[in-house]
Amino acid sequence: MNKGRFGGPFHMRTLITIVFALLSSGALSQEGKDIEKLAFGESDEKIEAIAALVASGTPKAAEVLQALADGELYTAGKRVLMVKGDTATDAVTGEKIASVPDEKEDITVNNRLRRELGAALAALKLISPQVEVRRSSVKELLNSAEPAMLPLVRKALAAESDPQIKAMLGQIAAALELRSEDRAARLAAVKKLADSNNASTKTLLLGFLNEEKDEELKSEARKSLSAIEGRLAWGERLGVIFTSVSLGSILLLAALGLAITYGLMGVINMAHGELIMIGAYATYVTQNLFKGSAHFDWYLIAAIPVAFLVSALVGMALERSVIRWLYGRPLETLLSTWGISLILIQAVRTIFGAQNVQVENPAFMSGGVEILTGIVLPWSRIVIIGFALFVLLGIWLLLNKTRLGLFVRGVTQNRDMASCVGVPTARVDTWAFGLGSGIAGLAGCALSQIGNVGPDLGQSYIVDSFMVVVLGGVGQLAGTVYAALGLGFANKLLEAWQGAVLAKIAVLIFIIIFIQKRPQGMFALKGRAVES
Amino acid sequence: MLKRRGVLKVLALSAALAAAGLTSQTAFAQTKTIKVGVLHSLSGTMAISETVLKDVTLMAIDEINAKGGVLGMQLEPVVVDPASNWPLFAEKARQLITQDKVAVVFGCWTSVSRKSVLPVFEELNGLLFYPVQYEGEELSKNVFYTGAAPNQQAIPAVEYLMSKEGGAAKRWVLLGTDYVYPRTTNKILRAFLHSKGVKDSDIDEKYTPFGHSDYQTIVADIKKFSAGGKTAVVSTINGDSNVPFYKELGNQGLKATDVPVVAFSVGEEELRGVDTKPLVGHLAAWNYFMSQKNPVNDAWKKQWAAYAKAKKLPNADKPLTNDPMEAAWIGIHMWKQAVEKAKSTDTDKVIAAMAGQTFKAPSGITSKMDEKNHHLHKSVFIGEVKADGQFNIVWQTKGPIKAQPWSPFIPGNDKKKDEPDGKTIITK
Repeated sequence: MNKGRFGGPFHMRTLITIVFALLSSGALSQEGKDIEKLAFGESDEKIEAIAALVASGTPKAAEVLQALADGELYTAGKRVLMVKGDTATDAVTGEKIASVPDEKEDITVNNRLRRELGAALAALKLISPQVEVRRSSVKELLNSAEPAMLPLVRKALAAESDPQIKAMLGQIAAALELRSEDRAARLAAVKKLADSNNASTKTLLLGFLNEEKDEELKSEARKSLSAIEGRLAWGERLGVIFTSVSLGSILLLAALGLAITYGLMGVINMAHGELIMIGAYATYVTQNLFKGSAHFDWYLIAAIPVAFLVSALVGMALERSVIRWLYGRPLETLLSTWGISLILIQAVRTIFGAQNVQVENPAFMSGGVEILTGIVLPWSRIVIIGFALFVLLGIWLLLNKTRLGLFVRGVTQNRDMASCVGVPTARVDTWAFGLGSGIAGLAGCALSQIGNVGPDLGQSYIVDSFMVVVLGGVGQLAGTVYAALGLGFANKLLEAWQGAVLAKIAVLIFIIIFIQKRPQGMFALKGRAVES
Repeated sequence: MLKRRGVLKVLALSAALAAAGLTSQTAFAQTKTIKVGVLHSLSGTMAISETVLKDVTLMAIDEINAKGGVLGMQLEPVVVDPASNWPLFAEKARQLITQDKVAVVFGCWTSVSRKSVLPVFEELNGLLFYPVQYEGEELSKNVFYTGAAPNQQAIPAVEYLMSKEGGAAKRWVLLGTDYVYPRTTNKILRAFLHSKGVKDSDIDEKYTPFGHSDYQTIVADIKKFSAGGKTAVVSTINGDSNVPFYKELGNQGLKATDVPVVAFSVGEEELRGVDTKPLVGHLAAWNYFMSQKNPVNDAWKKQWAAYAKAKKLPNADKPLTNDPMEAAWIGIHMWKQAVEKAKSTDTDKVIAAMAGQTFKAPSGITSKMDEKNHHLHKSVFIGEVKADGQFNIVWQTKGPIKAQPWSPFIPGNDKKKDEPDGKTIITK
């Protein structure tokens, strides 16, 4: 039984194909035969069929290939069907079929086939009247062009008017012409490829160097190769800088709230991570409210104030009920906030369950922008970097341009004097703690877009946050910024060199040594925390 | 009347005697239930994968109880949460065996949790059914492994990617979470790749900590590495790190047609939280996929959907099944059959009765427990991710394969016996 199950279908299909081909050889056009081969053949035959259909270049061929790529091509008995919604068409004869048969079977498309299919469709679309369609198909072909496509590419090159697309087409043609018999054509191709930004061109040229006999051509190829390598190296450096800044921005967001509660106010708040987690859950709840609505993508904008307010309220409640009784007693503060963090984790676990919850990315946060071929900057990261800058600017304005900021700075620098001149220090403490907590909530909102949201979310950020604040120097916003970026770069450079696990260890060791040499952090400022 | 009462008395007495004779543990005779332990993380980084295993085990227990239980006794599940905390696994296992006196435990996902409970099961002569694919290199008489050994998952997957059909990969990135399963699997794979003529310069081995969430550098590195020739990624990333990893793959536009990623710990459940449209074509190797079409699977999926709805499980609106769930399902049913064959829940008698048990599995084969080596014979399937988060099976073995817990690609394993001794053999 097993033998029949596992070995059977392919033989059956081949048999059907052969029988079918014999029966219908007189009646069917070449195109019809190819379509049947596409549907019933084995992979090799399918790929032959794709090549044949591309070469024919008829609208029907394009339609059938597109249907296969979209998963709309089925087999039912001996027929090949294109099913769109409720209507089915016989792909070979073009005849409309009244009802979609129930026993239709999918045509399995694997990666190998999908690759050929993608290239084939792209080649067919090279002469599309729309610029955007042409642009995307040229990009597709940069990595997957086949020698058989050279005539098509040349035709498109002659007809192309857009300079950017034309340049890319030139690259594709040159890459294909590397294998040309004609020496002059090869030479021109090698020279042309020096302008390429594509990593796969490097592979291509390396292979060419191994096979080519002509010395002049070889030296040209080496020149082109070093030009490409230089550009690729720049791309890589840009990539590392971007990932470092991105990690730095995340560390900054996580630590900014703590820079206020711990840095300015001197409260060792072990529940800071949980305030981040609450912000992430607030985002999740907001997302659920927007589910099913047409403006789903905007939930993230709505979640920003919600996350801020929820975390700020929780923070203020903590301050009023627990922390304010413990000012000036760091050990008790540490223990009680740690206890609070456990309570908050368990509370969230009871309300939302122990499993991670799903926060979906809005459409504008998916995908990325390609700055060089191969270097893609994801939108989610770009948005978070921007958001971190926005939060930073907000805090700076609040602390330096508002009355509340003035009070907070005053209380930090000299509590007694501030109290003497009439600043309500207790209330300022509450507001400042709420502000720090709210910013933690904003961090949670941002983190929900790139990581997992679960009750333990805060635990993984609390160590990082303290690291950033302590390294930057307690009581200093600027120090926090430098420390976050510095740690981002150190982490990413080490990771590229030694892997993620060792990078983490190395950064921790570095911080231990640094704090021993310079306990006050990078930038020291006079404040209550320092005085006490 | 009197006569009838007399008959009843005799019947009751003989029943009690029979029960006492059958089970050595008198506790069972008094309570008329058999306790079974369920040891899966319901919180922490592994909860994403393990919670459904608890649910499917409870579903099996419900089903068995509805059909009259085992040996005329109802099963009573004892569920504990070891919270993705490896030492806590050992503690909870000890509690299950010594305090709750369970007859059998179904549990664990990560190999580090299994390694942590193993000494407990051996010391107390308990019985563990382990439902997840793992790295092999272990054979304990107290454990039945209903997931795949490396030759039932990892090696066929790599062979497929090497074939023309799989894309003829020449360079390999071995990416995993930093613990025993990925490290050992990658050691086996490296030796296997060497045997196929792949040089060390064409293999890049990378690890990340548990719960890692920043995969930017790793995805960029994979891109760079792939410029040197046709590359495939073998991912043994475990737990919720998979979500940020696949998100990053999608965002950076690394397509399966260029660099396919084959995963050994990612199934339908793990992809639930991910937008799968950019991931179409990435692969997973398992011994069961939800998309398989056969009557056993159809019935099982229906039963699971109904159970999820009745118990109001989270995500009951979109019930998913996956390979470890199937392995857990097979495990508990085989245990039931073995207990019935042994007419006892005694560990040693059940172990003896497990040899050669068969069960009609949702993967469409009749699953067989090997007579000797405590592993199931399994068919291997390779599936590509579809846009809806399901898998499209693109390759499968001709029939079930016998497990090789001692991989021939690790030196010294050829001398090891394919059967547990009275005690365990562990290499390191």
